[in-house]
Amino acid sequence: MSFLIDNFVELTVTGLVLGAVYGLVALGYTLVYGVLQLINFAHSEVWMFGSFAAVWVTVALGVAPGSALPIVIGVLLLALLAAMAVSGGVALLLERVAYRRLIRLDAPKLVALISAIGASFALAEFMGLRDRIADFFGLRDTLDPYVRSARDNTRFQNPLQTEGVFTVGGYTVSNVDIIIIVSAILMMVALDQFIRRTRTGRGIRAVAQDSEAAALMGVNRNRIIRATFLVGGIMAGAAALLYLMRFGVTRWNAGFLLGVKAFTAAVLGGIGNIRGALLGGFVLGLAENYGSALIGSEWRDVVAFLLLVVILLFRPTGLLGESLGRARA
Amino acid sequence: MTQGKASPDTESAVARSGGRGPRLGWDRGALAQRVAGLPRPVKLALTGLFVLFLYALPLLEIPLISTPDTDFGAVLFTVASYVLVALGLNIVLGYAGLLDLGYVGFYAIGAYTVAVFGSLQAQLSWWVLIPLAVFLTTISGVLLGAPTLRVRGDYLAIVTLGFGEIIRLTALNTEWLGAARGITGVPRPPSVELFDIPHLQWSGATAVVDLDDTTTFLVFGVADQAPYYWLMLTVIFLVLGADRMLRLSRIGRAWEATREDEDAAELMGVPTFKFKLLAFACGAFIGGLSGALFASRQGFINPESFLLLLSILFVAAVVVGGAGNRYGVILGAIVVAYLPERFRGFEEWRLLVFGLALLILANYRPQGLIPPRRARRAQAVDEQLDALEEGTARA
Amino acid sequence: MPSTALEAQPTARNGAALLSLDDVSIQFGGLKALDGVSFDVREGEILGLIGPNGAGKTTCFNVMTGVYQPTSGEVRFAGEPLGRRKRFAITRLGIARTFQNIRLFGNMTALENVLVGADAHHRTNVIDALVRSPRHRREEREGEQTAREVMRFLGLERRADELARNLSYGEQRRLEIARAMATKPRLLCLDEPAAGFNPAEKAQLMDLIRRIRDRGLTVLLIEHDMGLVMGVSDRVAVLEFGRKIAEGSPAEVRSDPAVIAAYLGTEADDVEDFHQEGTL
Repeated sequence: MSFLIDNFVELTVTGLVLGAVYGLVALGYTLVYGVLQLINFAHSEVWMFGSFAAVWVTVALGVAPGSALPIVIGVLLLALLAAMAVSGGVALLLERVAYRRLIRLDAPKLVALISAIGASFALAEFMGLRDRIADFFGLRDTLDPYVRSARDNTRFQNPLQTEGVFTVGGYTVSNVDIIIIVSAILMMVALDQFIRRTRTGRGIRAVAQDSEAAALMGVNRNRIIRATFLVGGIMAGAAALLYLMRFGVTRWNAGFLLGVKAFTAAVLGGIGNIRGALLGGFVLGLAENYGSALIGSEWRDVVAFLLLVVILLFRPTGLLGESLGRARA
Repeated sequence: MTQGKASPDTESAVARSGGRGPRLGWDRGALAQRVAGLPRPVKLALTGLFVLFLYALPLLEIPLISTPDTDFGAVLFTVASYVLVALGLNIVLGYAGLLDLGYVGFYAIGAYTVAVFGSLQAQLSWWVLIPLAVFLTTISGVLLGAPTLRVRGDYLAIVTLGFGEIIRLTALNTEWLGAARGITGVPRPPSVELFDIPHLQWSGATAVVDLDDTTTFLVFGVADQAPYYWLMLTVIFLVLGADRMLRLSRIGRAWEATREDEDAAELMGVPTFKFKLLAFACGAFIGGLSGALFASRQGFINPESFLLLLSILFVAAVVVGGAGNRYGVILGAIVVAYLPERFRGFEEWRLLVFGLALLILANYRPQGLIPPRRARRAQAVDEQLDALEEGTARA
Repeated sequence: MPSTALEAQPTARNGAALLSLDDVSIQFGGLKALDGVSFDVREGEILGLIGPNGAGKTTCFNVMTGVYQPTSGEVRFAGEPLGRRKRFAITRLGIARTFQNIRLFGNMTALENVLVGADAHHRTNVIDALVRSPRHRREEREGEQTAREVMRFLGLERRADELARNLSYGEQRRLEIARAMATKPRLLCLDEPAAGFNPAEKAQLMDLIRRIRDRGLTVLLIEHDMGLVMGVSDRVAVLEFGRKIAEGSPAEVRSDPAVIAAYLGTEADDVEDFHQEGTL
């Protein structure tokens, strides 16, 4: 208990940082669920690909830590764009390969889930075998910095040096902490506005509420579904870079646990609810941190899942309820 | 009761209770059609032969099928335990329509019960351990189901997924349960040494009996895994029989009605919650049983044996085969368990191939490899009209 | 319920209240869906429940079958308050219903759909099923007899082994009635059974409803089609905005000024055929 109290600020800040990442990834689950009522099991791989894209940008540009600020910002922005583009692209690929046919056939949801599980395996293994695949095409030497030790942790060389900004309660909050939390909230607000104010956003809400009626009203359902996957992917890409800035490593199979946590966050906040996703992420991140401080860090994941079970039992539709379709215009 | 694939599934609400009412031959393929037309003794003999063939599989050492890189008896056991697990999960997922992503949790509880009370904390007899494992697993199924089956279907998936992880992490973090080291010396089934059975040896297309390569009946040892496979196969036949009985009863109908439309079922007098809980308990029973058998073959378990991935493979087995059809599910389990073993030589690529295979199967066989009988039966229904007329005229 | 309930019984008891709504109100948030509604369904009669869209007819059904709990007031069946009984328990008590938008078990056969209804009174448990106990065999036999008899009554016997979702629209409507009748109800509630029917089918349906009544069942009928309701009902109750505005014989109701006012300008309802509004 005293550990919790002594380190309360640190646990809170790192919990919020973790929660911000969960929340951004959770957006992808929530959006797809809201529109299709499907658990996009492969969304974790969307995030994972984004994290590699970010790493590769820094490898390609080879910027040393401590460069001039404009260069640092430039590299980070490029990494962000690359991560978003790759994640968005993988999300679109998923929609095309794993979902489109089944949606058209109106297949049972379970089958779509299996399809997504298959895609998730294939994507993760593809990344884990990237050295072999490069071998296969005879590109091993050319691509070496990008594909070597494919099964091990891949480090992200953060061009931005972590610096303390201010100290509260014995913990020095760093610039990275602030960037992550603030960006996550900004992204969420931007997405919220996008869903509320734009034509595509209205389409997403309409399809979420009643896809047949939306189609009758001239909404192009397939286009909206693609847009939903793309937006979810972009958010996951952003989450990937933020995650790397703080935790510094990624891995071909890192998506799985993070994906499960993010989905938990989405359910916690009320799946289909955009604000709920971020709230669920923060709650989950904090609960994990406080819980592991209380009963030991080896119980971190148990705390997360117990929290989920307890909240679902008392609030079966999550903290904020399910409401992508019902969001006010 | 011990029907193999060769004897088609003639179950239905009509062709029930021993010959009364019209016997209708639905959904039979060309081969099955011909088999069905055979006289009863021939059918029985064929079924018997098929069952015998299944039991003899580890002895036959058939080229191509046998796994060159690992002990075939062990592979058969693995495949058979997937089959058993898939049959259990099929009750939960295929019949009652409850997506359980934490089925490995029950498997783990069964295995840990046997290991903890057979080796680590007590040395109970194997004959006590198996019922104890099944009992504890069933109880845990009810305890998990009672609060969670009230939440909506999609959430059940994530709650059960969490349950599976909690079980594994609890085992990993608890000294009393062996923590990360795991538990060794799990009791094996008691052996009775009766006689030796020789294996076959193939050279080209001819087989000779190889008297140097034998399996002792019935010794549950370390090297020769065939007896474990026989044990598992026997359990599978028992479970298949029980599954069939339940499916043909009010209970099976109540599960399906709940899956199809929970509100409508409730309003037609089905206490849906009770039946969902029952499905969960039945699934847990079978999952625990297979976990217990797994542990007593393995002799050693640790938390690594119960990764979340396994739950997902189980669900894949059920859905790939055709959720709701017990023979489809068996085929699905064989595909999911056997293919990776068969291609162990390609170790690195097998999960990539497996993922792609799931993706392709889901997209191009969305009904599963063998869809539930009625989807096909419905197309052939016209043929039965005459038989039905006869039936109603008699009633 | 005794198994004889399905066989034709004289409708001599006509008159005693089988189901009574007593000052029932139900509120969703700020909306009063039912506001102090009282009426009786008498044993052996056909009671038509009509009213413009959104008048609370289906809500009435939902209160009677335990889907909603009334905010105030009481529903009594055969003199006994329903209280907080579960939905399946109310079905076992003797109230069965169909749905405005068909809700069959699509991937089960027609016969199995009806068997699920017949199972409402069965008690077979896992052990019974596993050992094929005498109880299991008796219940299966009786259930199938009931189901086949009801299906023959509704002209569905040739479709017994067809998947429910492959039946034609009219057959699906009748299968819903069969499934409800197999629960051996004393009161059968039909929620817009004629929706989507052409005039010939409506005439057949009227005949069917009368034959159901002649088997000794009490029928409560929600219907938009005035001709059908007025033609088949013994009595009619009219709802508007959650209130009962009239009750009586078809002739009385037809000439009731309040009813005329409620329906003035709403003839559109009569042509409006098929609603997919949520029932539950």
